[in-house]
This record gives sequence, C-alpha cells and structure tokens, in this order.
Amino acid sequence: MADMNTPLSKVRGLGSAKSGTEGWISHRIQAVANIPLVLFFVVSFVGNAGKGHAEWVAWIKQPLVSVLLILFILNFTAHMRSGLQEVVEDYVHSHGNKWAATLLIKFGCTLIAALSIFSVLRIAFGG
Amino acid sequence: MAQAKRPLSPHLQVYRFGAHMAVSIIHRITGSALAFGAILLTWWLVALAAGHEYFNMVQDFAGSLLGRFVLFMITFALMQHFASGIRHLFMDAGKLFDLKSNTATAKFTFVFSVVMTLVIWAAAYKVMGRL
Repeated sequence: MADMNTPLSKVRGLGSAKSGTEGWISHRIQAVANIPLVLFFVVSFVGNAGKGHAEWVAWIKQPLVSVLLILFILNFTAHMRSGLQEVVEDYVHSHGNKWAATLLIKFGCTLIAALSIFSVLRIAFGG
Repeated sequence: MAQAKRPLSPHLQVYRFGAHMAVSIIHRITGSALAFGAILLTWWLVALAAGHEYFNMVQDFAGSLLGRFVLFMITFALMQHFASGIRHLFMDAGKLFDLKSNTATAKFTFVFSVVMTLVIWAAAYKVMGRL
C-alpha cells in the first residue's frame, strides 16, 4: 500500500460525465450573466433604432458601452458554445460527425467573438 | 460498431406532449436560432467598423421586408429563450417541479415572449417616429 491516493481521487473524472458538472455549472453562470447583458442590449438597440452610422459610432465610443458590449460578446459566445455543444452531444451520435460539429462550433464561436470584439475596439479607439 | 448498440435513454416519443415539453424543445430551437442571430450581430458590428458606406448597405438590408422579418423572429427567439432560460434556472434550483406551477410557468414563457416582442418592436418604431 505505497499508494497515498484516496479511493475518491482515483475515480474522480472517470465516469461518463467526465468534466460535465463543471461544464453544466459554467453554462448556468453564463446564463445568469446574460440576464442583465441581454436587457442592456435590447434597451440600447431599441433606444438607438433608426440611427445613422455616425450616431451608432458615437454611442459605441462611450467607454461603458464598449465594455458592456465586449462583456456581452464574451458571455454569449461562451454560452452559445456550451449550449450548441450540448445539442450536438444529445443528437449527433456518430463519432466522426460529432467531432466535426464540435470543431465547427468551437471555431465558429471563437471567430464570432474575435470579429465582433475587434470591431467594437476599432470603433472605440478609431479616429 | 459495438458502441452503436448501446441503449439510449428514452426520448420524445415516450412522453405525452404538453406545455412543459413544448417549452423545452423550443428552448433548444430558439437557442440554436440565436446562434444565427449572433452571426448577424457580428456582421452588423463589422459593418459599423468598416465605415458608413458598407454600414448603410447592411442597414438597408436589415430594414427590408425580409430583414425585418428575420429580426422580428430573432427578437421572439431571444425573448422566448430569455424567459424559458430563467424558468430553467429555477428548475435547476429544484423549484417549479409540481405539475401546476410547472405547466403554468411553461405557458407563461410564451405569453411573455409574444408580448415582449411586440413591445420591443412598437418601442423601436416609436423611437424611429414611425408609430
């Protein structure tokens, strides 16, 4: 008995759920964070409805607006990635298709985050 | 492949259809639809950063009949996903499992999303001075 590991530490992570609990909890945390961010987004876009390019740019240039938009983008892309992943895991059963869909989701969500955050920053710091 | 023969847990066909079921299915459908909405939002932000000429083109498309229809459906998807998402958070906390409140809140998410979608669009038209 040179083994100092507890029985629990030996089996942790070996079940079919793997790191599922952490994923499940972080998906809920993203959902909670999305509540105020979605409200901000909807109220802002209704309030600015019909505005032209210069006015939208001026709106995004406000530091608080830029930061809230970036937080919203970071949060919804993370929520979207884990949500779509869950759908794929439930309905796509063939190994190859599951991996193809998983890669598409991961790359797609990262691309959406990068493009939209870069755009917000370019507007915020642009001349 | 041997793996394909593993039993799966019972799916939709074994349950009786009800509001609770509809809200669960629609939560996934609206969630997936919102991923499409996220692509549109990205396109819009890229257009805004690209300059007024390209932005005006995107705005013209958004304002077209098809554009407005898509945005209207995305607004509904967002409000429905928002309402049923909050309902799910309560269920994750162990609440709303009795039949009565479960069904009532399931039905309420649809009332909420339809009303909020109309309120949001009325408010937006009001802001634009077209109502």
